[in-house]
Amino acid sequence: MRAIFPRQALSIAERLRDAGWIAFVALVLGVPMIGLTTVDAGNKLVVHTRLPLLMEFVAACFLGRLALRFSLDKFAQRKIERQAQEARRTVQIPARSTLPLIKWLGWWLLGAALVLPLMFSGNRYVVDTATTVLIYVMLGWGLNVVVGLAGLLDLGYVAFYAVGAYAYALLSTQFGWGFWQSLPVAGGLAAFFGLALGWPTLRLRGDYLAIVTLGFGEIIRIILVNWTELSGGPNGIASIPRPSFFGLPFQAPSDDGVQTFAGFFGLEYSPGQRVIFLYYLILLLALLTNLFVTRMRRLPVGRAWEAIREDEIACKALGINVVTVKLSAFALGAMLGGLAGVFFAARQGFISPESFVFSESATILAIVVLGGMGSQLGVVLASLVLVLLPEIGRDFAEYRMLLFGMAMILIMVWRPGGLLVRREPAIMAPAPMQARP
Amino acid sequence: MNMLEISGVHTHYGHVHALKGVDLVVRSGEIVTLIGANGAGKSTLMMTLFGVPHLSSGRIVFEGEDISGLKAHQISRRGIALVPEGRRIFPRMTVLENLQMGAAMSPAAHFGPDLERMFALFPVLEERLLQRAGTLSGGEQQMLAIARALMARPKLLLLDEPSLGLAPLYIRRVFDIIGELNRDHGMTILLVEQNAHHALRVAHRGLVLQQGKVVLEGNGQELLANPAVRAAYLEADQ
Ligand SMILES: Nc1ncnc2c1ncn2[C@@H]1O[C@H](COP(=O)(O)OP(=O)(O)O)[C@@H](O)[C@H]1O
Ligand SMILES: [Mg+2]
Repeated sequence: MRAIFPRQALSIAERLRDAGWIAFVALVLGVPMIGLTTVDAGNKLVVHTRLPLLMEFVAACFLGRLALRFSLDKFAQRKIERQAQEARRTVQIPARSTLPLIKWLGWWLLGAALVLPLMFSGNRYVVDTATTVLIYVMLGWGLNVVVGLAGLLDLGYVAFYAVGAYAYALLSTQFGWGFWQSLPVAGGLAAFFGLALGWPTLRLRGDYLAIVTLGFGEIIRIILVNWTELSGGPNGIASIPRPSFFGLPFQAPSDDGVQTFAGFFGLEYSPGQRVIFLYYLILLLALLTNLFVTRMRRLPVGRAWEAIREDEIACKALGINVVTVKLSAFALGAMLGGLAGVFFAARQGFISPESFVFSESATILAIVVLGGMGSQLGVVLASLVLVLLPEIGRDFAEYRMLLFGMAMILIMVWRPGGLLVRREPAIMAPAPMQARP
Repeated sequence: MNMLEISGVHTHYGHVHALKGVDLVVRSGEIVTLIGANGAGKSTLMMTLFGVPHLSSGRIVFEGEDISGLKAHQISRRGIALVPEGRRIFPRMTVLENLQMGAAMSPAAHFGPDLERMFALFPVLEERLLQRAGTLSGGEQQMLAIARALMARPKLLLLDEPSLGLAPLYIRRVFDIIGELNRDHGMTILLVEQNAHHALRVAHRGLVLQQGKVVLEGNGQELLANPAVRAAYLEADQ
């Protein structure tokens, strides 16, 4: 209950001391990780020091901590002010004034996401990485329905991702279906698998549910590895068609008269065009996911997801059919995972069971938990952290996973409830209330 | 007219024989109080009415229909609402969202007027409408739990130890409201309590449950005067 008592504003000295501590910790950790490196000199390894880099790292930690502390305090301050306001306001109800900071951050991120490919149109790596982030955002939003909202711990979410990916791979390579045609079918199939997992596990909660879902994820993967006639086994499925732009493929102009994207718009062909198209495609899918989930949360069934997470017995006493509510959460979450899978297959052009191992499920779950269960924006922030950290960490070579683990621990120490703990109420004011004099 | 008839109900939790042939009738428009010590089976009876756990034998008839085979959500839709022991509000949801969950199965047109009615009964809920329910005080949470149950417009309201763990001021308030609901709104109420003093006073009739059996039955005043009841449930309170 940290926020009940307004925190005293910290003095500058206190802030500096706080940041100094962090810098010190960074220094201690940084010496082995950054300060020392081994260089292959001829035939033996020599230890070199990298003091400038170490100093930069420490300085970055110092400044970063100052900024973080400052913004967290600001955030807490606003929260307190808002609570005070709410307490004072007795009868009239604010229309939609909640969480200005979070709203603002959300819109800002959306704007940044929209212009990103334009800013980095020459940099394929950035757009590619951003696409990966968005896949995880979409997966996170999908799993959020199951874990964050309905409170059903699912450790096998990657199974639905796999179902979607393989469904598209098979439909397109075997039957020549297009991307948009396959999307609803693959989504429906994944939803069906969601029901198939949900039905037998209705009575399970917590740890037991986690174990069964974990097993389910593995079963799907093992089937994919072994059912060679269908899935190609460990070799996977290759030459999966890429999505086209309303029928215009992204490829170099050829002589056979196929109208291409570049040709149609009179552009110079470049492979980057497809990368950018894929980026906007997943952005669109992710945004649709968000819109859909937000809308669902306002409907009775969506609100019931959360109520079930809070108290199943109370739900039964209120006449809510717990079975349908749980199944709908499973099916919907699975469908969204399946849709993300379709995109994944279309983007990669090649899939194999390797892509759908347990650690994927764990990563997606980490995104939901780290983001603050049930928070949509939290999922975005956590995806950024979880995808970008290992990328940035590439420079740290073998220390990469160490860094990754440390960052996770630090986040959980700082923000035990996830990056954004506070859930936004699905409804701010009831319609009849607004009409009241 | 008998609204609820419970006859010969046995309930087991595995090998634990929690209800051993309970008979109980609630007539339309009355408050019936069931008192009993911890572990007597009071909550079990309430939950058995809702089908979790399922009764092992006996009959539960609500408005002429045998409901003992129905599922919890079906029973609730027949017009029975339960305020469970320990309130069980949805702590991370706002007060408003809690009330909406109570109305989840009612027509949307009921919601506005019903909300107004709840505000009139429990003004504190209007003040706290957008606050997370988990941050309410125990007494306020109990008000919310009752209001949430009422949002379904039940014919029969079941209350399981609504005064448990509340400050004396709120205990009085809860029983006032129970009386008011019955008197002014004609609500039929089955109340389970350990707080025999208040509970029997507000009730038309009372029963004493002991180790899964009804051992005494009478009107509220009779039971209050009964030496055995006084010894078991009232002396300790004073
Ligand atoms: N879920 C359960 N599993 C096993 N035994 C239970 C369960 N709930 C209650 N009991 C047992 O049933 C008996 C009645 O409990 P309960 O109905 O909760 O009593 P009361 O509400 O009157 O305090 C007690 O002996 C209790 O231990
Ligand atoms: Mg009890």
